Amino acid sequence: MPKPTSKSSNIIVSVTDLSFSRGHRQIFNGVNIDIRRGKITAIMGPSGTGKTTLLKLIGGQLHPQAGKVSVDGSIVNQLNRSQLFTLRKRMGMLFQSGALLTDLSVYENVAFPMREHTKLPESMIHSLVLMKLDAVGLRGAHKLMPSQLSGGMARRVALARAIALDPQIMMYDEPFAGQDPLSMGVLLKLIHVLNNALNLTSIVVTHDIHEAFTIADHVYLISEGKVIEHGSPKQIQTSESKWVQQFVNGNYDGPVPFHYPAADYQQELFGIVASKSIQS
Amino acid sequence: MENRNLTEVLVGLFVTAGFIALFFLAMNVSNLRESSVPDGYTLLARFANIGGLKTRSPITISGVKVGRVSTISLDQDSYNALVTLKINPGVCIPDETIASILTSGLLGEQYIGLEPGGMDECLENQDEIELTQSAIILEKLISKFLFNKADSNAK
Amino acid sequence: MINLIQALGDSTLSRLSTLGRACLLLINLLTAIGSVLYRFRLLVAQLYSVGVLTFLIVVVSGFFIGMVLGLQGYTTLSDFGAESALGQMVGTSLVRELGPVMAALLFAGRAGSALTAEIGLMKATEQLSGMEMMAVDPIKRIIAPRFWAGFISMPVLALLLSAAGILGGYLVGVEMLGVDNGIFWSRMQSTIDFKADLMNGVIKSIVFGFVVTWIAVFEGYDAIPTSEGVGRATTRTVVYSAFAILGMDFVLTALMFGDL
Repeated sequence: MPKPTSKSSNIIVSVTDLSFSRGHRQIFNGVNIDIRRGKITAIMGPSGTGKTTLLKLIGGQLHPQAGKVSVDGSIVNQLNRSQLFTLRKRMGMLFQSGALLTDLSVYENVAFPMREHTKLPESMIHSLVLMKLDAVGLRGAHKLMPSQLSGGMARRVALARAIALDPQIMMYDEPFAGQDPLSMGVLLKLIHVLNNALNLTSIVVTHDIHEAFTIADHVYLISEGKVIEHGSPKQIQTSESKWVQQFVNGNYDGPVPFHYPAADYQQELFGIVASKSIQS
Repeated sequence: MENRNLTEVLVGLFVTAGFIALFFLAMNVSNLRESSVPDGYTLLARFANIGGLKTRSPITISGVKVGRVSTISLDQDSYNALVTLKINPGVCIPDETIASILTSGLLGEQYIGLEPGGMDECLENQDEIELTQSAIILEKLISKFLFNKADSNAK
Repeated sequence: MINLIQALGDSTLSRLSTLGRACLLLINLLTAIGSVLYRFRLLVAQLYSVGVLTFLIVVVSGFFIGMVLGLQGYTTLSDFGAESALGQMVGTSLVRELGPVMAALLFAGRAGSALTAEIGLMKATEQLSGMEMMAVDPIKRIIAPRFWAGFISMPVLALLLSAAGILGGYLVGVEMLGVDNGIFWSRMQSTIDFKADLMNGVIKSIVFGFVVTWIAVFEGYDAIPTSEGVGRATTRTVVYSAFAILGMDFVLTALMFGDL
C-alpha cells in the first residue's frame, strides 16, 4: 500500500481528471496536475489554453464539469461558500492586471485584506502594511494611487497585497506578461525570494519560457486541454516530443501549424475567379 | 481623513436638504396643516344628484370653510347619494340647515354650501341634514333653456 | 423554419437565465442589508457618489421644469380665465408625476450609468475576481452599498426635484406673470393631499429607485468584461431604466389615482 500520509503532506494541490468546458468549447479534458509543497511549479502553454482558467478552478471561482481539485486535503469543488472563503484566506493570487482597487491608495490596498479579515489595531496594520510593501521594495510609494503606478509597480503592490495575510499558496497569473526586462527581473527575484522566505508554495502560470525555466522546480506543459509533458526544466528541455521542442524553441511551424485550419489555398484564391469566368 | 469628513458633511447636507424639501412640500404645498387639525364630527346628507362633488371637497358656511366631504356612497334604498360630511370641531350646525351643492365659478370645482337653520340646538355626530339641494347640471340647464326658446319660437 | 423556432427558443432561454441571475443578485443584495449597515462608512461614501453628485442636476432641472410648467400653464389657463389654478396645476403635476419620474430618469442617466460603468470596469480589471480570491464577497463589499445608496437617494432626489419645481413655478407664475401669491399657494394646498398625493409620489420614487439601481448594478455585474461589453451594459442601463420607469409609472398611477 502506498503511503497516503506522506503523499498528502507532500502534494498540496492536486488536480485529478479535470474536465471543464465553456459553452461548446472544451478547455480541459482529463487534466492531472500535482503541485508539491514548498516548490515553484510553472504551468505553461500557448495563449488560449486556459491557464488562467486553471487557477480559477483551483481558487474555486469556477466549477469543473468532471474531476476534482483538492487543496491541502479539501476538495475545492465540493465546498460551500463559507468553507471556500476560509480556504481562500490561505491562498494568494496575483492577477495579470494586478486587480488593485482603483479607489483606494497603495497603502489601503495592502491593508484591505487585513481590515476585512482581522481585527488588528490600526498601529499593527500600519507596521504590517509597511513591512509587506518593503518586501516588494515599494514602501516609499504607499501614498500613491494605483493610477499613478507603472504596470510593474502595480503588480508588485498587488503581490504585497496577496501576501498580506501570509498565505500558504501563491498563484501568479502571467506575472511576466508585458513587463520590461527590469521589472521582469524584479518580479522573478521576488517570486523566488518570497517562496523561500515565507515558506510558500507557488504556482506560476506563464508562457515565458526563459523566466519559467529560471525559477521553476517543476514545469507542466498544457495544450488543447491536456497535459503534454511535465518534469523539471531540464527534463522538459531534453524532451523528445516534437511539440515540446517547438514550444520551447519557439519554432514558427511544426506540430502546431502556422496556419489556422483553412480550405485549400489555390482553391480559395482561384476558385471564385474560375466559377465567375464560367458563369460569364 | 479630511476628504472623508467632507464626504460625510456633504451627505449629511444632502439628506437634510431632502428633509427640508419634504417639510416644505408637506407644509406649504399639501394639506397636511389642515388635516392635522383634530377630527371633528360627522354629519350625513342625501342628495338626488351630487354632480361633480368629490371626497375632500370643501364644506362652507357663508364662504368660510368648516369641513370636508369624507365619503360618498350610494344609498341602495332610495338611490340617492349618501354623503358624509366631516365638520370641524366647535362649529355648530343648527337643525333645519340646508345643504346645497354649489359650483365655485363657472368651471370651478364643486363644494357643499350650508345655510344655517333657525333652530337653537346643534346637530350631533351621525345626525342627518334633512334639507338638501342637488347640484345643478349644466346640460339640463342648457337643454331646458333651449326647449323654452324653441317653444317660444314655435308660438 | 426550424432554425427560426430554435433561435426564438434560444433567445427566450438566455433572457430567462439573465432574469434568473438578476433575481439571484437581488436576493443577495437584500440579505446583505445587515453588512451594509454594519459598515456604514461604505454606505456614506456611496451616498455621496450616487446622491450628492446627482443633487445639482436634479435641482436645476426641477427648477427649469417648474418654470416651464408655470409659463405654459399660465398661457393655457389664462385663456379660460383660470390663472388661479396655476398653483394647483404646477403642484399636482410635480408632486404626483414629474417629481418622481424626472428624478428617476435623471438618476438613471447620471448615477445609474456611472454605477454600471464602475462595476463593469471593476469586473473587467479583475477587481471583483481579485476580491473573491481575497475571500471578500464583492456583492457585500462593492455592490450592496451602491444598491442601498441608490435606494435611499431616490426619494430624496424626487422630493428635491418637486420642491425646486414648485419654486420655479412660483417664480414664473407669481413673480413674473402676476398670479396672486395667496391664491397660488392656497389652491395648491387645497388640492394636494398629504397622503394621497405627496406620499404616493414618494412611494413611486422609492419603487423607481429600487428598480433603477437594481438594473444598474446588475448590468454592471453581469457585463461582458471588455470595454465594448461595459459600454453596451451602460447603454442598456439607461434604456431599460427609462422603459421601466415610464412603464411602472403608468401602472402605479393607475393603481394610486386611477379608477382603472
